[in-house]
Amino acid sequence: MTAPLLELRGYTFQYRAQAEPTLHDIDLTVRRGEKIAIVGASGSGKSTLLHALDGLIPHHFRGTASGTVRVAGNDPAQVPLVETATVIGTVLQDSNSQFVGLTVAEDIAFSLENQQVPRAEMPSRIRRAAELAGIGDRLEDAPQALSGGQKQRVAIAGVLVDDVEVLLLDEPLANLDPASGRAAVELLDDLHRDHGRTIVMVEHRLEDVLHRDVDRVVLMSDGRIIADAAPDQVLASGLLEEHGIRPPLHVTALRYAGAPVTAAQRPSRSTDIALTTQQVEAVRAWVEEGSPDDGSADAQRSRDERSGDAGIALDLRDVRCEIPVGPDRSSVVLEGITAQVRRGEMLGVLGSNGAGKSTLARVICGFESLSGGELRIGAADARGWSLAERGEHIGFVLQEPGQMLSRPLVTEEIALGLRARGIGEDEIARRTTMVLEACGLAPFRSWPVSALSHGQKKRVTIACVLALEPEVLILDEPTAGQDFAHYTEFMDFLRTLHAAGTTVLLITHDMHLALEYADRVLVLSQGHLLADEDPAVVLTDPALSARADLVTTGLYDLARRCGIEDPHRLVHRFVAEDREVRAAQGDAG
Amino acid sequence: MSSPLLGYVDREGPLHALSGVSKLALALGVVLGAMIGFDVRYLAAVAAGSLVLWAVSGVRLRDLSVVLWLITIFMVLNNIGIFLFAPGYGTELFGTRHLLLDGPWHWDVTSEQLFYQLAVTLKYFAVLPAVLLFVATTRPPEFASSLARLGVPYRFAYAVSLALRYIPDVQREFRTISQAQQARGLDTSRGAGLRTRVRNLSSVLMPLLLGTFDRIESVSAAMELRGFGRGRRRTWLVSTPVRGRDVLVMLIAVMLLAVPVALLVVNGGRYWNPFV
Repeated sequence: MTAPLLELRGYTFQYRAQAEPTLHDIDLTVRRGEKIAIVGASGSGKSTLLHALDGLIPHHFRGTASGTVRVAGNDPAQVPLVETATVIGTVLQDSNSQFVGLTVAEDIAFSLENQQVPRAEMPSRIRRAAELAGIGDRLEDAPQALSGGQKQRVAIAGVLVDDVEVLLLDEPLANLDPASGRAAVELLDDLHRDHGRTIVMVEHRLEDVLHRDVDRVVLMSDGRIIADAAPDQVLASGLLEEHGIRPPLHVTALRYAGAPVTAAQRPSRSTDIALTTQQVEAVRAWVEEGSPDDGSADAQRSRDERSGDAGIALDLRDVRCEIPVGPDRSSVVLEGITAQVRRGEMLGVLGSNGAGKSTLARVICGFESLSGGELRIGAADARGWSLAERGEHIGFVLQEPGQMLSRPLVTEEIALGLRARGIGEDEIARRTTMVLEACGLAPFRSWPVSALSHGQKKRVTIACVLALEPEVLILDEPTAGQDFAHYTEFMDFLRTLHAAGTTVLLITHDMHLALEYADRVLVLSQGHLLADEDPAVVLTDPALSARADLVTTGLYDLARRCGIEDPHRLVHRFVAEDREVRAAQGDAG
Repeated sequence: MSSPLLGYVDREGPLHALSGVSKLALALGVVLGAMIGFDVRYLAAVAAGSLVLWAVSGVRLRDLSVVLWLITIFMVLNNIGIFLFAPGYGTELFGTRHLLLDGPWHWDVTSEQLFYQLAVTLKYFAVLPAVLLFVATTRPPEFASSLARLGVPYRFAYAVSLALRYIPDVQREFRTISQAQQARGLDTSRGAGLRTRVRNLSSVLMPLLLGTFDRIESVSAAMELRGFGRGRRRTWLVSTPVRGRDVLVMLIAVMLLAVPVALLVVNGGRYWNPFV
């Protein structure tokens, strides 16, 4: 066995501003050449663990620590940050805000410049690092011209340029659509396999991480390590669900079918798992037992009912949008979009990053102007409406709640928009109480906004928008970066809003989210509308998914491997059972 | 996206091709020259040169329209201020008094005063185009490296260039936040009254500021991890080599500095006096 490269022994850490330690008594060893995934719900301490290794604790984040940390034999607290950085390359979350150069090459060169590498030596080293990270062909491009996945590759190249042995990545998949997420996982695997890099990544999208092999999965919860074992063992242990991590969907499906996986069957991937005949039979029986009209027909019926009498909330006809991207340049972001949104619908807008989903929402809200076509809100042509007028019909909730919150107290924030519209104080009080109740925020009504969690802040922004009583609610990536527990809680909350009659538009790149919650999806790719369909149909159409850069989930493979003819039947069965199980858990908890 | 308030304007142009160092030298030459010299002939020549430079640079007025408006407003206020508070300063300087218009109290308009204010105005036209052109035609990394080459500490130089680099991002963020708040009914457009506008603007600036602080936090962590600040010096990937035309530009910069110094001697003071 090779010597430990990274080692934590009895390590406890408490941030200066916190009342309790974030990490408790951590023991972790990473050997040279290993590839490790650290998973855990939000607040489990996984990012803190990374920063104990890369030296940002204590050099950037202060607090009290006990126990020992060793990185290639040194204590990162005792040596300068740059010395640790020669061994460990850290890629922080949100590579967008770390881009310091004006081109890819300049950004990759940053570390070399700081080491005073002569200028003549830089280009060859930049090229080598960029090629290693799979971004060698974009050296002269500006950050605006890159997708989220490409920016991340630049960030990876920026640390590989130093020939680091270890790559630490903090939620590398958080801002990526599924297809770029898989590409990132493949890249990391190549760096590990072909170039001998040791890889430690923190992530809660476990199914995507396991798209390629990892040596160990470390499960964290409340600042402690709960499990540290081969992925197959962790998957079979049932510990993931207990600690707020969603196992790969095929693993959950097999459990629902009454034939849970064992570690020996290598359950990491739906394509490789060694299914037993009993399991195949169990899955088939399970799908049969949910009668055919249980899922799709149900959804179909409810759709028919709704479309029958309810009117049209939004009507887009041949919508086109062109946005300036620099001096004298512009690009067409949307082209020929024709679609309708019916009142009372829960509609998904699906597509990869840059497909034009957010622009579509911005066009509807009037943030971007149409350069062609027509947009009708209700029965009226929205041309010439001000943002505030559109805001009376459409509530848009931005992805980042921080962008909408400006008042110190929750109730003030909600009243802000109402006052601006000249609504009387009595009515404000009534609506505030109502939306606080609807959003589950009643216990926090007198809280300062800054004391709320990310998910709670997001609810406040929804409450603010709901208080204006819009007919349509548009949410941009409602669950981005949230762990499974928060995801479930949040989406169930949206479902209650929908049940109460609000029309909801979900903008997302998460296929499974759309599948679980949307009645219908619009699939966008490169500014064009590819499909307007039942989500289960999109999911089980590999050609369509591929064209839209979406990724079919493990459920599709499982259905295929169990010889189920209509894969969407398994999908509907899964969604129905998942809903029941989680509702039961919700009641119990 | 609206054009950035102030920053690199990505166009082809003769100034864009020059090395950052020579452009910085030229801008410094103009600034220092105009600081020393108050000779109207010299200032007029430099102002004319600056305007010609702008014309050939490929940078358009609307690229920097916001900044230009601010400067124009400031220039006008400055001139009005001088006249209100020191309408006799020209006479004091030049020692003569040619009355043009007999105004109330001490606000008489004299040729000397107009001549002095002409010099002040010419300074704006001489200095600002040169400085703005330097910013608009120099890519931020090179901007930083040329400051560092002339002896400015690189941490400071980098901070300035990073700030310029992020201006468009902050503008985009401002636009999104402002639109989201307008959709809630918080009108910040011209239609609303000034007081409402100012109050509503605060609901845009608060989230913007907090978001920017978060961003600075994460950028600084990322920069530290990549070794920023480890040494007393650093090297720079981007720096356009100094070529013949750059040497020429630097010679012009030296001349710009030498001429007002020579004029100090010739004129026997900072001012050229046409009134005697």
